[in-house]
Amino acid sequence: MTMLDTMLIVEPLIPGLRRYARGQVRDMTLADDLVQDCLERAVARWHQRQPDRSIKAWLYAILHNIAIDRGRKTARQGKSVAVDDTVQSEFATPATQDQGLRTDDILTAINLLPEEQRAVLLLIGVEDLSYAEAADVIGVPIGTVMSRLSRGRERLRVLLDGGAARPALRRVK
Amino acid sequence: MTDRPITEDDLQAYVDERLEPPRQRRVEAYLADHPDAAKRLAAFRAQRDALRAALAPVAAEPLPSRLDIRHLTPRQPRWRAQMRPLQALAASFILLSAGGLGGWQLNEHGRSSPNGIGALAQEAADSYSVFATDPLHPVEIAEPVGLSHWIGSRLNRPVGVPDLARAGYRLLGGRVISTPHGPAGLYMYEDSKGMRLGVLVRPMKIDRTAKMAEHDFGDVRGYSWADQGLGYSLVGSAPASTLHPVADEVRRQLAPPMS
Repeated sequence: MTMLDTMLIVEPLIPGLRRYARGQVRDMTLADDLVQDCLERAVARWHQRQPDRSIKAWLYAILHNIAIDRGRKTARQGKSVAVDDTVQSEFATPATQDQGLRTDDILTAINLLPEEQRAVLLLIGVEDLSYAEAADVIGVPIGTVMSRLSRGRERLRVLLDGGAARPALRRVK
Repeated sequence: MTDRPITEDDLQAYVDERLEPPRQRRVEAYLADHPDAAKRLAAFRAQRDALRAALAPVAAEPLPSRLDIRHLTPRQPRWRAQMRPLQALAASFILLSAGGLGGWQLNEHGRSSPNGIGALAQEAADSYSVFATDPLHPVEIAEPVGLSHWIGSRLNRPVGVPDLARAGYRLLGGRVISTPHGPAGLYMYEDSKGMRLGVLVRPMKIDRTAKMAEHDFGDVRGYSWADQGLGYSLVGSAPASTLHPVADEVRRQLAPPMS
């Protein structure tokens, strides 16, 4: 398989990988850093991939592991951002009230979930991975995926219900 | 109607719209009787939809150039990207030249038409001999969707992946291979006894439409035909009587839709 073939197979999946990264890390530059790392690793390890493994699951697994590593590092070091570089939404909530759930609320809420629950909600609910693929990505049995899905959704519901009394949602820490 | 009780997994799969229709109806009936559960699942669906909607714009953003995989190419040493096809080519030369010793003989019949359907059959037989005998890596990609996308991209037209489960062959996967007439797709199948067969597909310049013809290369035999510019060749080491109905099935599935 040539580099061209690798490109043809991987390229259509990149927008989805970016979307997953952005669900994990709200900052666009940081999220794209994760995707860039993922693509570089995928290209370098293309021939080590098991042929019977879903390429989609393989790519998301690489990205997922990079995101977890990065998450551990930032958790240890704490996030440092210059005020000028922050996204406005981190401080203020724009005053749009159209849908039942607002974009900002749901993204803030999912960031408050434990990583393991956030991952399954994104992989299954947004990236449309099968339960088996999600289990493959995370490296746990399907049963574990299902219980994380159930607990994550329940927790998100509680967070969002609390969101009606708005301040509870913002910057808890 | 099944008696299996409703599980939490069923409810999650209902949110994800992944239930089989009979189970879907069971869950719907359950929810009609349990308004609290129905309310909970409606909230789950709303949050899932909100999450999708919130992140959807990301996938529509133009890719920044650092995420353009074409820019990642130069980092790859050239020899590395080219090694695989060269190895494959070397392997086929070895097989061809070892023909006399190994009893793997080429029949003149296959050589008689170097550009048309005979050439196609020859390429299919050669590829089959290289890849079907590879116990570890008979295929490069196993999943049908990715495979179909890859082959379609290289052949510049949509190419379906035949489903031969009813004929007793499961798809192992496939790969793009090189032929003297450009890239071709090679699908590999296996029956329950481990007997493999291959289906090669590539665009045809000569014999753009051709009736199914039988080719015999000694250890490998098969059937080839062409339809609206795409040539197909099914090959295997099974008897012709086994291969023929499978070839008919492939032709039926891959035939362009009647206009």
